[in-house]
Amino acid sequence: MKKDIILAGVGGQGIISIASIIGYAALKQEMFLKQSEVHGMSQRGGDVMSNLRISHSEIASDLIPFGQADMIISIEPLEALRYLPYLSGEGWVITNLRPFNNIPNYPEIDKIIDEIAKVPHHIALDADATAKEAGSAKAANIVMLGAASPFLGMAYEKLEDAIRYTFRKKGDEIIELNLKALKAGRDFAEQNM
Amino acid sequence: MQKLLLLGDEAIAQAALDAGLSGIYAYPGTPSTEITEFVQNSKFAQDNHIHSKWSTNEKTAMESALGMSYAGKRAMVCMKHVGLNVAADPFINSAITGSNGGMVVVAADDPSMHSSQNEQDSRFFGKFALVPILEPANQQEAYDMVHYGFDFSEKYMVPVLMRITTRLAHSRSGVVRKKEIRNQNELKLPSDLRQFVLLPNIAKKRYKNLLKAQSLFTSESESSPFNNYIDGSDKSLGIVVCGLAYNYLLENFADRNVPNPVLKIGQYPIPRSLVEKMADECDEILVIEDGYPMVEELLKGYLGRGLKVKGRLDGTLPRDGELNPNLIAVALGIKDTFGLPVPDLVVGRPPSLCSGCPHIDSYHAMTETLQELSNGRVFSDIGCYTLGALKPYEAINSCVDMGASITMAKGAADAGLIPSVAVIGDSTFTHSGMTGLLDAINEKSPITVMILDNGTTAMTGGQDSQAFGKIEDICKGLGVEESHIRVLKPLKKYHAENVAIMKEELAYHGVSVLIPRRECIVSIDKRMREKFKKTNSTS
Repeated sequence: MKKDIILAGVGGQGIISIASIIGYAALKQEMFLKQSEVHGMSQRGGDVMSNLRISHSEIASDLIPFGQADMIISIEPLEALRYLPYLSGEGWVITNLRPFNNIPNYPEIDKIIDEIAKVPHHIALDADATAKEAGSAKAANIVMLGAASPFLGMAYEKLEDAIRYTFRKKGDEIIELNLKALKAGRDFAEQNM
Repeated sequence: MQKLLLLGDEAIAQAALDAGLSGIYAYPGTPSTEITEFVQNSKFAQDNHIHSKWSTNEKTAMESALGMSYAGKRAMVCMKHVGLNVAADPFINSAITGSNGGMVVVAADDPSMHSSQNEQDSRFFGKFALVPILEPANQQEAYDMVHYGFDFSEKYMVPVLMRITTRLAHSRSGVVRKKEIRNQNELKLPSDLRQFVLLPNIAKKRYKNLLKAQSLFTSESESSPFNNYIDGSDKSLGIVVCGLAYNYLLENFADRNVPNPVLKIGQYPIPRSLVEKMADECDEILVIEDGYPMVEELLKGYLGRGLKVKGRLDGTLPRDGELNPNLIAVALGIKDTFGLPVPDLVVGRPPSLCSGCPHIDSYHAMTETLQELSNGRVFSDIGCYTLGALKPYEAINSCVDMGASITMAKGAADAGLIPSVAVIGDSTFTHSGMTGLLDAINEKSPITVMILDNGTTAMTGGQDSQAFGKIEDICKGLGVEESHIRVLKPLKKYHAENVAIMKEELAYHGVSVLIPRRECIVSIDKRMREKFKKTNSTS
């Protein structure tokens, strides 16, 4: 099994947390992993992306080739479109629809949604609203992880374990909220696949 | 043994700790910062009194590392590629003095300029200094090479340069540590106490020794575990591939078997006999290297009348920018892949100053102060405030190198652009701004210097600023008149007051220093979160 994942968003939206949760789950299953991150200047409110590759056999490149990503997980709708050249023909776009508007020329959201709808395989939801309903407005990134979970090729419980591990120092309440956010994203994906 | 999941930077730091490091010296710079931070956060390093405090700039870092090496202990010095320009003087000369305790210099290059003003290739610096260079292909090699580098440095008494790129520095993968953790060296002075005295008579001898050692370095490269000749049946093309680019090559072959002979290079000088072997058995050679076409130029020769060599120079690969698996597919004539095109409506999202950033208020006040004058008189520097060049501020007219704001403003004032304004951050000021300020003071240049003091080295993630609490004293000590050192509070409510002060100082025909002082908004956030964490854990 091999999954090549592009994680996208705006600096500060928590894409690295998603990467480390998937990464922990993958390592627990003795998988190989490579994950490249963006640091420095680009983090100041600019677009950020991370290449996450997990596989049962050894991985060569730190970068996912164009046209070969199994999925793009984006916490922001405009950012989901920016990385379409990486997506394989069978690949999924799993994106939040809540815009992060910090630029003067942000496109009309309806037009962005139209473009997302053109991608053959996509899951699109308002993860911020879903997170709020699940009890934790800050957990939009975990909702997105939940929405991507059916496509990761690993048992759902492994991701739950990884969340328990990641938030272990924050107490049971925070863990439960994040597990609820994960489940909410998962449910949405299963109903809309 | 269990694998650790480490960034390339962290693998280097862990390796240095395991190899008996006594001190790491650095100034923060993307993508090298995390090496030093890893040591700073290591309990092992604290328990063993391993030096890890930030230096004021890369030159002071390099010299301190050389001093530690003189005293017989193992030292590492880390910087981004342009930092090696700042440290070039001690670096080049450290090759002549040689080392005593092992010394490894890490330069992190930034092809495609993700966070830099150029994409210079540090391998040229290694070649220039005539020292061996190590270039890892992955995080494990980065770990292994640090041990090798320290051993090499102690065997030949020469500093070793390790060159990495952003992609390796900031990519995580599994790393297996060595079982044996080495002790630090004991204090031991050089056996010849004049080894480090580069008076011409001594330097001439030492330089000859360094030249003589070159052939030894080459034979080490020929037997190095990091230089491998992997045979292939298709001899129409041989592939020379350096460092990380090896992964991009392999990515194009599902079974990882490349049909052509491949020379994987991880140690320089390049292994001559292995290159000869490739030249003998292959019709053509493709060179794949991230950065400048250094090996390609070497193999091709100026007139290109010898070997048939392809790479960045003939357009087989792009002349600039970071490599990737697709570019190598194209170079090899393998079918390339591409997803969907980016829809036309997608616009750029450049980085910007954070909401609530003190620089925003400083720029608003400055721009209003300057609006009666003609445009184009603000020289700036390297840091978050460089983002003031972008909309909506468009407040600055230069960003060249650390410290250049003050000296360029002085030069422009010398030329008659009066007043000229310099905008520099607190940490950049102590890095390389102070000496330039002295020039301006000595000539009473009509410049206004704004030292934006947010109390931290913000752009690289909030490291300690060497300027903290010292800026006024430094300016006074250098000779700025006390009445022309003005501290401002960059907040909206003081806007009118700040504009008035700026106008006064702009009108002064001499050096004045304005210090808008307010803590970085990200630092406050971090501080508050840590405070909250502590309160929580004690309750």
